Amino acid sequence: MIPFPILHQVIMYEMGWSKVTEKPNVLEMKNIVKNFPGVQALKNAELTVRDGEIHALMGENGAGKSTLMKCLIGIHPQTSGEIYFNGNLIENYSTADTLKMGISMIHQELNPVENRPIMENIWLGREPKNRFGLVDHQKMYEMSKEVLEIIDLKEDPRTEMRHLTVAKMQMIEIAKAISYNAKLIIMDEPTSALTSREVDQLFGIMRKLKENGKSIIYISHKLDEIFAIADRVTVLRDGEYVGTEETENLTVEKMINMMVGRDVTDLFPKVTCEIGDVKLEVKNLTGEKLFSNVSFDVRKGEILGVAGLVGAGRTEVIEAIFGIRSKTEGEVWIDGQQVEINSSEDAIRNGMALLTEDRRMNGIFPMLNVLQNMSISNMKKYVGKFNLVNHNDMKEDCTRYIDALSVRTPSMYQRIENLSGGNQQKVLVARWLLTEPEILFLDEPTRGIDVGAKAEIHKLITNLAGQGKTIVMISSELPEVMGMSDRIMVMHEGRVTGIIDNRKDLTQAEIMRYATGAMDEKTA
Amino acid sequence: MAKETSDQTLTSNDQSRDKKQIAIEILKKYGIVFVLILMVIGISFLSPRFLTPNNIFNVLTQSAIFGIMALGMTLIITSKGIDLSVGSVLALTGVVAASLGQTAMANNKYFEGLAEMPLIVPVIAALALGAFLGSINGGLIAYTGIPPFIATLGMMTVARGFALIYTGGSPISNLTSSFTSLGGNIGVFPIPVIIYAVAVAITWVLLNNTRFGKNVYAIGGNVKAAEVSGVNVKKNLIMIYAYGGMLAGVAAIVFAGRVGSVHPGAATGYELTAIAATTIGGTSHAGGIGTIWGAVVGALVLGVLRNGLTLLGVDAYWQQIVEGMIIIVAVIIDMRKNAKKK
Ligand SMILES: Nc1ncnc2c1ncn2[C@@H]1O[C@H](COP(=O)(O)OP(=O)(O)OP(=O)(O)O)[C@@H](O)[C@H]1O
Ligand SMILES: [Mg+2]
Repeated sequence: MIPFPILHQVIMYEMGWSKVTEKPNVLEMKNIVKNFPGVQALKNAELTVRDGEIHALMGENGAGKSTLMKCLIGIHPQTSGEIYFNGNLIENYSTADTLKMGISMIHQELNPVENRPIMENIWLGREPKNRFGLVDHQKMYEMSKEVLEIIDLKEDPRTEMRHLTVAKMQMIEIAKAISYNAKLIIMDEPTSALTSREVDQLFGIMRKLKENGKSIIYISHKLDEIFAIADRVTVLRDGEYVGTEETENLTVEKMINMMVGRDVTDLFPKVTCEIGDVKLEVKNLTGEKLFSNVSFDVRKGEILGVAGLVGAGRTEVIEAIFGIRSKTEGEVWIDGQQVEINSSEDAIRNGMALLTEDRRMNGIFPMLNVLQNMSISNMKKYVGKFNLVNHNDMKEDCTRYIDALSVRTPSMYQRIENLSGGNQQKVLVARWLLTEPEILFLDEPTRGIDVGAKAEIHKLITNLAGQGKTIVMISSELPEVMGMSDRIMVMHEGRVTGIIDNRKDLTQAEIMRYATGAMDEKTA
Repeated sequence: MAKETSDQTLTSNDQSRDKKQIAIEILKKYGIVFVLILMVIGISFLSPRFLTPNNIFNVLTQSAIFGIMALGMTLIITSKGIDLSVGSVLALTGVVAASLGQTAMANNKYFEGLAEMPLIVPVIAALALGAFLGSINGGLIAYTGIPPFIATLGMMTVARGFALIYTGGSPISNLTSSFTSLGGNIGVFPIPVIIYAVAVAITWVLLNNTRFGKNVYAIGGNVKAAEVSGVNVKKNLIMIYAYGGMLAGVAAIVFAGRVGSVHPGAATGYELTAIAATTIGGTSHAGGIGTIWGAVVGALVLGVLRNGLTLLGVDAYWQQIVEGMIIIVAVIIDMRKNAKKK
């Protein structure tokens, strides 16, 4: 095969260009500064995207990636700096204008209108009209079908959004962005809720878009994805431009170094620790439609990884154990005794903690500050004399964890909604760590977290296991599951298809066979 | 929309169970309709006078005024707002309309020497003034960011004050015969009921079949989603409250036509009845959920209740207590319907 740049030159030559020039730039952002009250989110950011290229934007949590994109699409106009789109300086525009210009964005924080159908979510603000000026539902339905076909999602466009899983909502967001038929599509961590199969599918779509001359700005913390899909990479650090490189000239080490400014050595600091008695036992847990006959046990000091495709029912099982989802059958035993858990209160009383998968909907209190968000589940500990809250202890703990997890926030009094996505996640992790639970359920604990902090969180999880805690960790990132777990439970369509001992020679392919239902211990 | 998404292919084994589930779903979704039917059956059992055509139209006529306001309120509450000012707006638009709709020879003529105006003049005046007052509500909410509760609380007091100033505190009466004929019938149908029906139809189309309607749901359901999708939230908010105000103007016309005069203290507390009807009809104060049929059924539940209890000779004070309890029960049922836990 001819390497792409050469092929490119050949084509240009054939087309009669006398001088081989680089492809024109669809977007140039220069010297972008963005100040928020008390925070300088962008100091001197830069980004240049060529026509028909997939351009990765990288950086740690809080580096300013999302903010830079929000400047571009007019949500937070920049304090200073210039933006050229298609060679023209663009100024004073609204989000509606950028959509018209041909820029659409998939936001990091999902934005579904939950009680409305999929099709109204996709066409919100530009519903097709009939000749009476009324919304043409039939046409909207058909148009939605078409878009959903592109992303290969078999879901009735009339289904209300709230019935979908997070992953499917994410796919809808992608469908929506594509439906704008934009010249430039921004994807802010679109894959954080997707599993490998869906990611592959998304990449297929992205390549197709690229062939059709669209440009894509792609933000992700998953390095392998960047190498798989991006043509070039721009790195930001602390709101400043670090550099832009062709992906083929980069290595993982180099990229991490550009992002973090130092080397990160051990991403999975798993130390085998002593494994004790059985702590948690789940027997024949069955819930309406979503999962059936789930049985497993976890021991003290053990990390049980839970793998599976999105929709396999992993989250649902954990929610049922935690008492926030109803179950029709099944028993939960702790320390050899059956327990009745019907609410999160019961669960917490039994020493359980749950880090939820979807922080927007179940996790954060957007209007409250970091301190309040972090301490909310641990109030019992801070209640002292006369039942009053001891704020000093609370602040001490908070400061300690802000430090330990390097949460990037101007202070503990910042509203959590003003933190970057990854930093919000860290606050939530801290919330549950503070309760010192005996059994810790982690649902996608490192979603949206940068490499450096990921290593931190992994270290914390391992340390907890070392202290004899029991850990159940759902993750859609196979390297994470394989790097961290003692055993791996794989689910497929609501059933456990296998519980595998983690070994050195375990391959991703083997897990995938269980996850896709191709291999099933129970039937084999 | 009658489009349902629950039709999946079922194995014969699951069928009976799923049928039961579908039945439960329907019961949950249309529970309030069953409540209305039960009430009608129960009351007609106890009082034979209840189900006479005459009395039925009576109930509808009595429900029309707050029913019309509940339509606008449905849009407003669905957008995650509230409008406490519609009762006062009814009074202010009502007195202005009445002052433009007096007979030439009226005693206490408001505009001395003003000839008898065609009906269209007071009607347009009431609707335009209502829409204007509503748009001030919407503008305050959209541009200053103050909560709808506060903005409309202010408007409630201000509009009432203007109504009192405008009239000097006394009612405006002696309306033209064309005006008071609005309280009459066309054939067997009372005109207030016809106006109500037209308002229902228009609002139904507005909410379900226009972009504006979709925006109402989106703004209430997730205002950020609306913004990033290019919806002009501010403009839409103004339109939503303007529409609510305009419907208060329509209600004012019906009121004036039926009563034959408008007092500046008229319709005190009507905003709460409208909110109650909307709420009973299943519109969620958390935003993003609301239907016009619900608003109609909610208004009818209140109308039937009031009429029925009166027919049964229940003391007016007790009526209030029953009404209050119904509202709370309706919301409890509604919360279960939308509960997340599956
Ligand atoms: N509305 C806001 N008000 C105040 N500070 C803000 C606001 N939005 C972002 N910030 C701050 O700007 C910085 C950059 O945030 P941004 O969301 O752009 O990071 P990011 O690179 O997207 O990180 P992540 O990978 O975690 O998503 C952070 O320190 C954040 O706290
Ligand atoms: Mg971000």
